[in-house]
Amino acid sequence: MHTDIILSGVGGQGILSIATVIGATALKEGLFIKQAEVHGMSQRGGDVQSNLRISSEPISSDLIPLGKADLIISLEPMEALRYLPYLKKEGWLITNSTPFVNVTNYPDSEAVIKTIKEMKNSIVIDVDSIAKEAGSQRSANIVLLGAASPFLGLEIDKMEDGVRMVFGRKGEDIVEMNLKAFRAGLEFARQSIIK
Amino acid sequence: MENNKHLLLGDEAVALGAINAGLSGVYAYPGTPSTEITEFIQASPLAKERGIHCRWSSNEKTAMEAALGMSYMGKRAMVCMKHVGMNVAADAFVNSAMTGANGGLVVVAADDPSMHSSQNEQDSRFYGKFAMMPTFEPSSQQEAYEMIGEAFELSERYRIPVLFRLVTRMAHSRAVVTTGEVREQNKKSYPQNPNQWVLMPAFAKARNNVLTKEQADFLAEAENSKRNKYVDGADKSMGVVACGIAYNYLMEHYENGCPYPVLKVSQYPLPKKLVKRMADECESILVLEDGQPFAEEQIRGVLDEGVKVRGRLTGEVPRTGELTPDNIIAALHLKNAEVYPKSEIVVPRPPALCMGCGHRDMYAALNEVVKEYENARVFSDIGCYTLGFLPPYRAIHSVVDMGASITMAKGAADAGQFPSVAVIGDSTFTHSGMTGLLDAVNEKANITIIISDNLTTGMTGGQDSAGTGRLESICTGIGVEPEHVRVVVPLPKNMEEMKKVMREEIEYKGVSVIIPRRECIQTARRHAKNKNK
Repeated sequence: MHTDIILSGVGGQGILSIATVIGATALKEGLFIKQAEVHGMSQRGGDVQSNLRISSEPISSDLIPLGKADLIISLEPMEALRYLPYLKKEGWLITNSTPFVNVTNYPDSEAVIKTIKEMKNSIVIDVDSIAKEAGSQRSANIVLLGAASPFLGLEIDKMEDGVRMVFGRKGEDIVEMNLKAFRAGLEFARQSIIK
Repeated sequence: MENNKHLLLGDEAVALGAINAGLSGVYAYPGTPSTEITEFIQASPLAKERGIHCRWSSNEKTAMEAALGMSYMGKRAMVCMKHVGMNVAADAFVNSAMTGANGGLVVVAADDPSMHSSQNEQDSRFYGKFAMMPTFEPSSQQEAYEMIGEAFELSERYRIPVLFRLVTRMAHSRAVVTTGEVREQNKKSYPQNPNQWVLMPAFAKARNNVLTKEQADFLAEAENSKRNKYVDGADKSMGVVACGIAYNYLMEHYENGCPYPVLKVSQYPLPKKLVKRMADECESILVLEDGQPFAEEQIRGVLDEGVKVRGRLTGEVPRTGELTPDNIIAALHLKNAEVYPKSEIVVPRPPALCMGCGHRDMYAALNEVVKEYENARVFSDIGCYTLGFLPPYRAIHSVVDMGASITMAKGAADAGQFPSVAVIGDSTFTHSGMTGLLDAVNEKANITIIISDNLTTGMTGGQDSAGTGRLESICTGIGVEPEHVRVVVPLPKNMEEMKKVMREEIEYKGVSVIIPRRECIQTARRHAKNKNK
């Protein structure tokens, strides 16, 4: 297997928490991983992205070449579109629907969502509401991870083990809350694909 | 999970490699992309158990010198900094090649090509050559882990400090690293040749001859290093020299092996013999390297005769900026994949000061006050508050290097500028602002210095700041008159008071220091969270 993922969002949204679960799962499965992160200046409310590559074969580049990403997972809709040239033609774009408006010239948010929905393979999900329904808004990122999980090339129960590993030291309640969030995201994605 | 497999950042691989190689001390000043090396050691249980020194230094020069002192005592020491930190450490760094090392001494410089978080893209390999030191440049996180140990070995074999170069994409990228044996730390031992450490001309001349003579040994080490690998290829129309992580970008395009001969370079001096072989066997040489055309210039030489050398200097690879798998495609005569066009709806999202940050209130007040003058100039410095250049504040007129705000404000005042204001952070002030303040005090320069104190080194993620709790006494100790060291609390409700203090101190004909002090909201949040645990 080989999956190239671009994670995107706004500095401070915590895109790396999603990468942590995928990384932990892939490590446990004995896969090769490369994950280029952005630290430093852009973390202050600027656009941030991480290139995450997992594979059963050794990986050369830390960066994903243009047009090679299988997946864009984004915590912010406009940020999902920023990396479009990296997405394969048949790749999937999975994004949170809530815009993060911290620039004065932010485009019309309905136009942003429309652009995304017009794509062949996209899922737009309101992670905050679903997370709230599942127990806590704090697990919004894990809802998004759940929605992306059918496309990662990893088995769902292995992903759930990954959630357990990452949140285990925070106690059983936190683990359960995040598993619930993960499953809610997964369910949403399944429904969307059927449509 | 096998417990010797870890998912590590390149920085963390360097840190763990050093700990496992018997490190006794790391000395560093925070700087992107090098910060996580020291942070990893600070959090390491083994480092704690072994008493490895890991407290932040005031700047890169003090770090370099302290590490040299530890090396003098026979222990293994490491210095970490971002590339521009090398400029600050340069005096100590270059002269450490003259003293040599006793315990292994590795200097890690993390370069930032494409300037993701920096003001230039200088290539630290030039410093290695300049100081005549062996230089290492890993191509993977696994190599970073292993090569740190090899760097210490080489350092002790020749009693010479060595340079270890990373770039952003190595420092800040994670991969699975398999760790090995943990070596004991060195015991205390004094240098065998004590005179070598006294760089008076008579000794330094002798030492310079030794160092110059040893260049041949360093070259032989690089030529025989397993990290410098010549892999032959059938298509001799081109040979590729790939330095450091450029090797990965090259191999990304050839799943089943590269058709051209490839020379992977991870240790310098540049392995001449291997380059010569490529020149003899191939019609042309393509040089791929992240940063400046360091290897390319050496291979081409001034006369540019013989085999055709291609790379950044011939424009086949972009002249500036970091390499990517995409921007080397044309040079490899490959075709780009068909891709989605850029989305036209997307707008830039530049970084900004956090909501609720004290720097914001400081700039809001300062902008109001300087508006009252026809031609105020605000010289600023390196840190979060650099973002004060961007809207909505547009408050500053210069950002150059650590500490330059105070000295530039002084120089401008010398030339007749009024008001001449410096804005500097607390950590940058103790890094390189204090000596400039002494210059200003000695000449009673008519400047107003704002030390925007958030009690931390903010931009790099909240590391300890060397002068926390002592800024007033440092300023008065240097000679600023106590009544012109003014502390305010930067909050919207204190706006009028802040403006009044700024006005008064700008009007004072001499050096005044205003310290707006409020904890960084990021570290404050973290502290509150830890307290509630």
